[in-house]
Amino acid sequence: DGLGPGSGGGRRGPQGGPLAPWVPVVGLEIHAQISSNSKLFSGSQVQFAAPPNSLVSFFDASLPGTLPVLNRRCVEAAVMTGLALNCSINKKSLFDRKHYFYADLPAGYQITQQRVPIAVNGSLSYSLCIDNKMSQMVTKTVRIKQIQLEQDSGKSLHDDSRSQTLVDLNRAGVGLMEVVMEPDMCCGEEAAAAVRELQLILQTLGSSQAIMAEGQLRVDANVSVHHPGEPYGVRTEVKNINSIRFLAKAIDYEIQRQIEELENGGTILNETRAFDSKLGCTVPMRDKEGMQDYRFMPEPNLPPLILYDTKSLPANVNHQQVVNIDWIHERLPDLPSAKRAKLVELYGILPEHSFTLVNEDGLTEFFENVLKQTQMKPKKVIGWILNDLLSYLKQHSCTVKESPVSSVLLADLLNLLEKKEISASAAKQVFEELWKGEGKTPLEIVKEKQLQLIEDREELEQICQAVIDEHEKEVIMVVLESSGTVLSSKVNAFCCTA
Amino acid sequence: MLRASLRQVSAALKEGQVTPTELCQRCLSLIKSTKLLNAYITVAEETALKQAEESEKRYRRGQPLGILDGIPIAVKDNFNTAGIETTCASNMLKGYIPPYNATVVQKLQDQGAVLLGKTNLDEFAMGSGSTDGVFGPVRNPWSYSRQYKEKSVPKSDSEREEFKWVITGGSSGGSAAAVSSFTCFAALGSDTGGSTRNPAAHCGVVGLKPTYGLISRHGLIPLVNSMDVPGILTRCVDDAAVVLGSLAGHDPKDSTTIQDVFQPFELPSLPDVSKLCIGIPKEYNAPGLSSEILSVWSKAADLFKNAGAKVIEVSLPHTRYSIVCYHVLCTAEVASNMARFDGLEYGHRSDVNKSTESMYAATRREGFNDVVRGRILSGNYFLLKQNYENYFVKAQKVRRLIANDFVKVFGSGVDILLTPTTLKDAVPYMEFIKEDNRTRSTQDDILTQAANMAGLPAINVPTALSERGLPVGLQFIGRSFQEKQLLTVAKWFEKQVKFPMIQLEEVKGA
Repeated sequence: DGLGPGSGGGRRGPQGGPLAPWVPVVGLEIHAQISSNSKLFSGSQVQFAAPPNSLVSFFDASLPGTLPVLNRRCVEAAVMTGLALNCSINKKSLFDRKHYFYADLPAGYQITQQRVPIAVNGSLSYSLCIDNKMSQMVTKTVRIKQIQLEQDSGKSLHDDSRSQTLVDLNRAGVGLMEVVMEPDMCCGEEAAAAVRELQLILQTLGSSQAIMAEGQLRVDANVSVHHPGEPYGVRTEVKNINSIRFLAKAIDYEIQRQIEELENGGTILNETRAFDSKLGCTVPMRDKEGMQDYRFMPEPNLPPLILYDTKSLPANVNHQQVVNIDWIHERLPDLPSAKRAKLVELYGILPEHSFTLVNEDGLTEFFENVLKQTQMKPKKVIGWILNDLLSYLKQHSCTVKESPVSSVLLADLLNLLEKKEISASAAKQVFEELWKGEGKTPLEIVKEKQLQLIEDREELEQICQAVIDEHEKEVIMVVLESSGTVLSSKVNAFCCTA
Repeated sequence: MLRASLRQVSAALKEGQVTPTELCQRCLSLIKSTKLLNAYITVAEETALKQAEESEKRYRRGQPLGILDGIPIAVKDNFNTAGIETTCASNMLKGYIPPYNATVVQKLQDQGAVLLGKTNLDEFAMGSGSTDGVFGPVRNPWSYSRQYKEKSVPKSDSEREEFKWVITGGSSGGSAAAVSSFTCFAALGSDTGGSTRNPAAHCGVVGLKPTYGLISRHGLIPLVNSMDVPGILTRCVDDAAVVLGSLAGHDPKDSTTIQDVFQPFELPSLPDVSKLCIGIPKEYNAPGLSSEILSVWSKAADLFKNAGAKVIEVSLPHTRYSIVCYHVLCTAEVASNMARFDGLEYGHRSDVNKSTESMYAATRREGFNDVVRGRILSGNYFLLKQNYENYFVKAQKVRRLIANDFVKVFGSGVDILLTPTTLKDAVPYMEFIKEDNRTRSTQDDILTQAANMAGLPAINVPTALSERGLPVGLQFIGRSFQEKQLLTVAKWFEKQVKFPMIQLEEVKGA
């Protein structure tokens, strides 16, 4: 049905007149699990897929009388992330309790930062392709409203057949950074690109491993549509999105759904919807509690979190007891945007290329390793990396680390090509062979398949002569055609079947 | 021997005049014979005797851990004790055996103290009578004292002795009764609105509320996190100083304890108050204050004057708002703190299991008494989005005003404040229960509550006997973290008034 996502185009209404265009609005709430040894407020370990309830301290189980103690590493992770996202770091932030009853929330409240979070007012730049050909990239920015520290909940599994719920508290109390992105995006593609960039940044910083499949990065989308010049429409919250690809799908579906609903005279409910990846649509979620009042209250067991910079750092203070924002800033690693710029500058590759390099885990390293071992210019190598290697990897759902073709092998192959020992098409054949992972070197394959380029004139003449001798009919065809003679169809057929 | 002070008996242990095991056995025996007082919920006889044995070994080797080694103590049943049932006098935690010790319990244990048992309280420390726990009310030992019996005139033939026993006050009534009846040499209580000082006053013992942040709350099952402190009950001020010394100091497990290193102190044997300025806050002449207590208070002020101290009237103008303010803040925190009791991880779980929610509701209805449930409902009301500004935030602002009253007064040259602790002496149980818990708390907390608002240290010192032969105490309030000065003044006062020892007769029903 005509309308694509994010399109401002209208279409003809029932009377034939144009309907006003729709402006979709997308904001995101992202929860990133902090990469740390222990939890946000207790000493129990953080580990994926451990036996149920094996990583639960007395505090995590909400035993009466236990108290929270703030984990310094989690604070540092949040400060790093805030700095990388150009936020203002609040030198004083506060902790609050957010109350609701649920089986995976043992204390009956979550400790979060509702009043004054640790970082505010940042921005994230991301790039998209204008079309699908990776030939034109455009840079966009989304504002970061805030980053707050909060506890993760446990996991509950509903066993309807036995009418019971199984609760695993391993995850209860793990540190989260909630990153709130303002509704500056307009479609699934933008949201996906923004989240991908955030993922890369978190992984570069090491503040979160941000693997969506392991629940280390969870994204909820807030979606609404409105006509230009009118106030924002009612928004829905879309949850249960397990990959970046599904994020784009879910958002685009929801935008479509809302537009259709409104154009058919319906209304949008301020509700929470779940993305059903099998059906590719959003469905209303089980109404858990109706309208919730979380009864926020300051967390009385945690004093305000005070951070320092070099100017405000008190003298004679124990370095272990304070977090110095400037110290962290000085030690930030190169962010993806800086990495990409460096790649473009160093190697003369296109910006689009640098995106792909940085986007794919391990690919930059692979590329640079190949460069170390070959004379071929980077601008040519990049083609092999992005067109050949990467497409094979994608076809076979391999990661760079799992590639049967190592950087050594590829470098060898490219050297053969560079030295004009083989042709480009021969090189492609060799690459296909290498991909089989049979342990042969490029040189061995070339010899085996006799793909060497021959420069000896005599040898070449011999080969050509042999071909001509073996294909008399074809030769006649070529000679006749080139001399402009038109053959009768019988002769044509005869020549072709010979 | 059991009537001795903690320091005296500690010296006796050191000199071998008595052994820890003997001491422990005598205390256990006295607990049995005073069972009617209902001061103890759990008596940990086996573990206590074991601890006494260990202590004895150390004394024989000449290597006691310190002054507390072998000393029998009791702990209010809202402190976690590993392996020993901890109930908070509630059905919700009946049978709950914690896997860890509260920091203060651990510290006492590390010093070799002998834990006799867990004492009775109002359910979850909510109350001012120690009458609203599921194990029944605590009886004030003074009900069975000669002093009280001599003064009590039977009003009619039908009035049996059973009906004349008086309350301990609360909520740390069990601990106060345990110390008062000589079954232990010190006891831990908790103090949120006066819960250590109030029963101390009614039971004629010393009740110390330390500065907020001085002693760790880790393992103390909270009532109001921003006001709770562990309280110390002993028979004399010197003993309180000893226990304080063993408990105070930063705990990494409690982020609200101060980082400064605590210096334990000994009180001067001849304290001098002549250089001090004592403040008498006029607002503490509160409505309902008995003329008796007013008179005792006045006499006390004279004592200081005659000793050369400067005694002046001061004003804490926001005192009258403290009860309402406390009501809002306390119930809000209660609603929050009690949210964890859902029957899932520990404690009582209802058999109702149609759904998780119905199980929660039934568990909480069955597990909590009316007082607790009432406070949860109030607290949730105050925390609703539409009410938060008008109630919770407003109450926080009023709290700041109350705290500032003290800052101003202490900043103007006053060293210590002298006030009554309670409005009158202990009432008979039958009279006490005529009013509901909330009404009673509102009435009884008025003189003690503000110190919790401001986080200040305060102490009840038994002063005199009332006309009915029951204890009356006075309260001293000091500057933050100036416990040494506070206790010095209290010790001086204690020496002056020479409060009589209880003449405890047989504790039995009619």
